[in-house]
Amino acid sequence: MHTLSLKTLSEKLHNREISSVELTQYFLNRIEKLDPELNSYITVTPELALEMAKMADAAIAEGSAGPLTGIPVAHKDIFTTDGVRTTCASRMLDNFVAPYDAHVVEKLKQAGMPLLGKTNMDEFAMGSSNETSYYGAVRNPWDLNAVPGGSSGGSAAAVAAGLAPVATGTDTGGSIRQPASFCGITGIKPTYGLVSRYGMIAYASSFDQGGPMAKSAEDAAWLLNAMAGFDKRDSTSIERDLPDFTASLNDTIEGLRIGLPKEYFGEGLDAEVAAQIEAAIKQLEALGAKVVEVSLPNKDLAVPAYYVLAPAEASSNLARYDGVRYGYRCEDPKDLKDMYFRSRAEGFGEEVKRRIMIGAYTLSAGYYDAYYLKAQKLRRMVRDDFMRAFEQCDVIAGPVSPTVAWNLGEKKDDPVSMYLADLYTIPVNLAGLPAMSVPAGMAQGRPVGLHLVGPYFSEAKLLNVAHQFQQATDWHQKTPEIAK
Amino acid sequence: MSLSIDEVEKIAALAAIDVQAQEKTMYAEQLSKVLDLFAQMEAVDTEGVAPMAHPLEMTQRLREDEVTEYDQHEKFQQLAPKVEAGLYLVPQVID
Repeated sequence: MHTLSLKTLSEKLHNREISSVELTQYFLNRIEKLDPELNSYITVTPELALEMAKMADAAIAEGSAGPLTGIPVAHKDIFTTDGVRTTCASRMLDNFVAPYDAHVVEKLKQAGMPLLGKTNMDEFAMGSSNETSYYGAVRNPWDLNAVPGGSSGGSAAAVAAGLAPVATGTDTGGSIRQPASFCGITGIKPTYGLVSRYGMIAYASSFDQGGPMAKSAEDAAWLLNAMAGFDKRDSTSIERDLPDFTASLNDTIEGLRIGLPKEYFGEGLDAEVAAQIEAAIKQLEALGAKVVEVSLPNKDLAVPAYYVLAPAEASSNLARYDGVRYGYRCEDPKDLKDMYFRSRAEGFGEEVKRRIMIGAYTLSAGYYDAYYLKAQKLRRMVRDDFMRAFEQCDVIAGPVSPTVAWNLGEKKDDPVSMYLADLYTIPVNLAGLPAMSVPAGMAQGRPVGLHLVGPYFSEAKLLNVAHQFQQATDWHQKTPEIAK
Repeated sequence: MSLSIDEVEKIAALAAIDVQAQEKTMYAEQLSKVLDLFAQMEAVDTEGVAPMAHPLEMTQRLREDEVTEYDQHEKFQQLAPKVEAGLYLVPQVID
C-alpha cells in the first residue's frame, strides 16, 4: 500500500476498495512501528488524521470528493497548523500551538487530505543534514548511519520509508532537493512565489519556497496542483493562471535541449555520483533529448552570496522571537534585556544563533556595502548566468549534491563544509527558478539525485521530463530495506 | 579574517543573544571561517551591476484600505508566556 502512486490510491479510494480511514490507519501503524528508528516525525496526529479520514470517506460517499480526497499527507513542521503544535524543530517554539493554518495546510485540508503529523527538519530550516533539530537527527532510511539531508529531512525520510504517501517541504537553499536526493525520492522546488509563504515560518523570505516531496514526478505533479496558487496574504505570491501540472506528463521529450553546465561536473564532484548522473543524461538522450554545453561561470560565488543574504534576512525575521508574545521565555529574567538575551540564547540552537549573528554583523554599520550590497549584485550575476544559459537550452541538468548522504556527525562541527555541500542547489534559489531532484542511481549504497533546473514557471516541463525519465527507469521505485 | 572576542561580544549584542564566556572562542572561530568564505566575493568586479533584492520583477500589490482582520487577542494571548488583563507582561522597565 505504501508503495502505490497517488493516482492508484485515489482510484482505490474512489472505487471503494479501501476507505480513507483504513489507508490512514495503515500509515499511522507504519509510523508507530518504524519511526522510533527514523525520527522523521516531531508530532504525529492520529486522532485528527482519523477524524479527517472519516470526513474524506463521507465526501467520497456523497460524490463531492476531489482527486486527493482521503490520501493522507505529512507537513514539514515549518507550516503552521491550527490547533496542532508547530515547532519549526526549535526549543523556541516547543510549546507553540499555531492559532491558524498556513495557506498550504488550508489548501490540502480543502483537498480532503488527512494530516498524519508534522515532520522533523533542521531548526528553522537552517541546515543541510537535519542534525540541527531540537528533537534530534533524522536517520536516512537507506542507511541508518547516514543523514537524510536537510532541511526537509523528516519529510524526505518519511516518504522514502513509506511513512506518508506524500509530504510537503520547503526549499530556501536546497532544502527540498538535497534531502530528496539523499533519500531517493522526487522533490520539486517551484518558481519563487508559486506556493504561498503565508503560515510558512520565515527563514529568508526572498528565497523561501514550499513544494511537494513525493515518490515520483507524477505524485509531485498531483500534489503541486493542490499546493500552488495565488494568495493575497503573501505579498510575493504570483497572480497567474496555472496549468494542470499533470496534463503534460506524457508529452514526448524528443528534441528537448538539455544544458550541461561544465562547471557542475568539475572538481569536488564524487566520481561515482558523476557516473550515475552521466548515465541518467544518456538515458534522457535515448528518449530523444539533445545535449548542449552551457556555462554558469559565477557558480562559485553563489554560496558566499547566499550565506550573506539568507542570514541577513534571518536576523531580521527571527527578531520576532523575544519571549513576549509566544514561544520560549527564560526563567526569572532580571530585567527586559536579560529576558530577550537569555530567551534567545536558550531557545535557539547553535546553527540558528550563528546565522543570526552573521546576519547582524553583515547588516551592521560599516559592513553593509562590503557584504550585503555586494552579495545582492552577485545574486543578479548568478541569475543572469542562468538567463543566458536558457537561450541555448530548455532544461539544465546536473547533480543535486556533489556526494551521496554523508554519515551522521561527519560535518556537524564544520559549518562551512556543510554550506559548501549546497553548491549546486543554492544558485537556483538566488535566481528563484524552479528545480527538481529525481532519483537517478545509487553510489556507495546511497541514492543519487539528478538535478533538473528550468526557466521561470517551467514546472510542468520539469515534471514532464522527470516523468518521462521515470517511465524508462526504476530508480524511483527502489525501496529501502527498512520499508519493505 | 579573524574576529576578536570583543567583536563577538559586539555581534552578540546586535543579535540580542546572550553568549557565555566559554562560547565566545567557539563563535570567534566559526564566524571567522564564514567571513573567510565571504572574502571570495571581494575579488569580483561588480561595477555597474544593479543589486537584486528579489527574484521576480514585481511591484508591491496594493489593496483597498478596509478592515480584513478581526480581534482575536484572547486566542492569540493564550500562547503568551505571561498575560494579565489582556496585556503582555514583561519584567519591569521603568523604576
